Amino acid sequence: MASILAVDDSTSMRQMVTFTLQSAGYEVMEAQDGEQALGIAQSTKVNLVLTDVNMPKMDGIALIRALRALPHYKFTPILMLTTESAPEKKQEGKAAGATGWIVKPFNPDQLLATIKKVLG
Amino acid sequence: MAIDITQFRQVFFEESLEGLETMEASLLQLAEGTPAEETINTIFRAAHSMKGGGGTFGFQELTSFTHVLESLLDEMRSGRRLVTQEAISLLLQAVDVLRGMLAALQAGTAIDQPQVTEIQTQLEALWHGPVESAPHPPAGLERAGAPVLSPASGGWHIAFHPCPTMLQTGNDPVRLFRELETLGTLTVRVDMTRLPALAELDPETCYLAWELTLHGAVCREQVSAVFDWVEGDCALSLTPFAAPQASGGAPGLPSPEPAMSVERRIGLERRQPAVATETNSIRVNIAKIDALINTVGELVITQAMLSQLRDGFDMRHLDKLRDGLDQLERNTRELQESVMSIRMLPISFALNRFPRLVHDLGQQLGKKVQLTMAGAQTEIDKTVMEKIGDPLMHLVRNALDHGIEPPVRRMEAGKPETGCLHLHAYHQGGAIVIEVSDDGAGLNRDKILRKAREQGLVGEDETPPDEQVYDLIFQAGFSTAETISEISGRGVGMDVVRRNIKNLSGTIDVFSAGGSGTTFTIRLPLTLAILDGQLVRVGRETYIVPLVAIVESVQIDTTLMHTVAGQSTLYKLRDDYIPIVRLGDLFCVQQDGGADTEKLLIVVESAGQKIGLIVDALLGQQQVVIKSLETNFRRIEGVSGATILGDGTVALILDSAGLLRLAQYRAGTSIGLQRAETAWQAA
Repeated sequence: MASILAVDDSTSMRQMVTFTLQSAGYEVMEAQDGEQALGIAQSTKVNLVLTDVNMPKMDGIALIRALRALPHYKFTPILMLTTESAPEKKQEGKAAGATGWIVKPFNPDQLLATIKKVLG
Repeated sequence: MAIDITQFRQVFFEESLEGLETMEASLLQLAEGTPAEETINTIFRAAHSMKGGGGTFGFQELTSFTHVLESLLDEMRSGRRLVTQEAISLLLQAVDVLRGMLAALQAGTAIDQPQVTEIQTQLEALWHGPVESAPHPPAGLERAGAPVLSPASGGWHIAFHPCPTMLQTGNDPVRLFRELETLGTLTVRVDMTRLPALAELDPETCYLAWELTLHGAVCREQVSAVFDWVEGDCALSLTPFAAPQASGGAPGLPSPEPAMSVERRIGLERRQPAVATETNSIRVNIAKIDALINTVGELVITQAMLSQLRDGFDMRHLDKLRDGLDQLERNTRELQESVMSIRMLPISFALNRFPRLVHDLGQQLGKKVQLTMAGAQTEIDKTVMEKIGDPLMHLVRNALDHGIEPPVRRMEAGKPETGCLHLHAYHQGGAIVIEVSDDGAGLNRDKILRKAREQGLVGEDETPPDEQVYDLIFQAGFSTAETISEISGRGVGMDVVRRNIKNLSGTIDVFSAGGSGTTFTIRLPLTLAILDGQLVRVGRETYIVPLVAIVESVQIDTTLMHTVAGQSTLYKLRDDYIPIVRLGDLFCVQQDGGADTEKLLIVVESAGQKIGLIVDALLGQQQVVIKSLETNFRRIEGVSGATILGDGTVALILDSAGLLRLAQYRAGTSIGLQRAETAWQAA
């Protein structure tokens, strides 16, 4: 089954995302911020990255930029978790190389539907 | 698949409350004008996370409130709005409102709607002038309705020309086609005109383009939603076409439902009534857990080694056995330390609310106060911490209300306009010490003495030393504040403070230098469950004296013993006379025969009073686990608990304050400590 890297500084969000994805059979790795996520990404290859935008240390946009610079993440789908109030963030994220986004708030079904859409 | 996310609500609450604390602390650091980037970002992130989580976990009230808050903060963050004192105050109030909301949501009770609305209105007013009274609909609701736009009756011709770099965003055209297929019947025609010769082909570039035909009663929004993520990365044109008459009309066409069902479900998930899932939980640093697991691992190894030794044991293995037992002892001690440390939390949990309190009170009282804290990382038992909060709060309030003077008065006294309040926590010999000091006016000796004389606590002609005078403020009903303010001055307080601290087996002392401030020093045991004890023998009984209470142990010199006022005996310890108690007499235990010179005098201290205990011998020192006597038997004066010794016998743990009381009660006489004693009983 596909592996997913879930990045969010909010523990409740991360737990909810992880739980949802794991219940659907995905293998999930967690990171609390961009720095940690990049560390994981540098050593392994996951099939999809799901990242929050506003995070301490390294935010989602910077993470996407850094991931796209890694040869083995050039074409990996990267989805941002973003709120509707930040449409400019979507554009910023896209410019950085994001594949798409999931708008917060979302429920587990929506999350899975989107992930399935991307991973097939 | 139904996934229950309510299980994450508790985590969300905890994390949000933590976020609020961070937010509050950062708000207090915020200066007017253009804020420090990291500070305002931290505040923004807290609000932002709460908004996102609130929506996800089904708390719309929280989302709509934090939405306004977030928008306002975003303006400040981007520099479009300057930070004003007014804004900071309002934001702090918003923090309070959020705290209230979280508490209500957690408990499943009603939210204080008028308050929420009031602050939200004020935030909105600040955000961008008068706005429509209804807040933005909570995120998600807008999309809840089904699209009502007219669909193309036949379908869509879609011309999709990706830019060469589209693949580098991770968007795979195949995914888009798959998604389109869920909307209707799809035919795909690829355009390979841009494909170069193989030698020139760059595998990372997209050279292909597609012409698609989607059959079905699908509206434009649904189609363009599929291409949402690649907008800007491709040239897209959508042309509707009418359904051919012969096809029999729309009913047979695939319903557009599947693709939209996901969106429509937003907001449908209803929050169930909150279940009382609140647990008295504790957050523990992973390192501590790891240490614990590590120690348990070693314990298992030791145990295995000892078991192995048991099989075929003979005296040649004695050394090995001894080593094993030593190791077991070490493991046990480490295990105990690890377990204890789990209950220990940095005292910052109790101190964190003070910056806000000082800020608010300072404004309320028109005083300028700078709060400094040191040793916030000092660890203390969770139970002790929970109970020390209120006494500390009281001391801080007092310091602001009575201690630190208004700016004008401070200037007159030649002090800086801004007063200092310092909270300092540190470890000292098995105890934790918390100091609350201010550089205010200090305690007024004359005023306290006058009041004490009025209340008959001090005789007209007595002039007790400063310490004793200052100690009077811990008397019940003793307040010298002329006006009773909202903040303090009702005279219920310092006695309660001392009692609460005493209940934690702690002490509180006050030191004051007239004109230059007051310092309260609280001493607390590190934990309430285990104490370092000195085992003493009285006749055939063993008692335990808490090591922290022992000042010294001396060989008795009978020439220094004086019997006064009939029965009570004093011992001259250097310049002091201290009352002495024969534990044997007190507990009706037959002490060893022989002269007093062969016995020992243990000097213990309680609340600044020393008392000597005559015992037959000192045994070892060891850590003992306190078992409550009250739960297992009943309360006994002079005994704070019991423990079980290594040989299985029960030993009583002595309570020096209680012994002092008991001794005086028995003697029934004054030994010059009577006044202090009355104070104690009153407390």
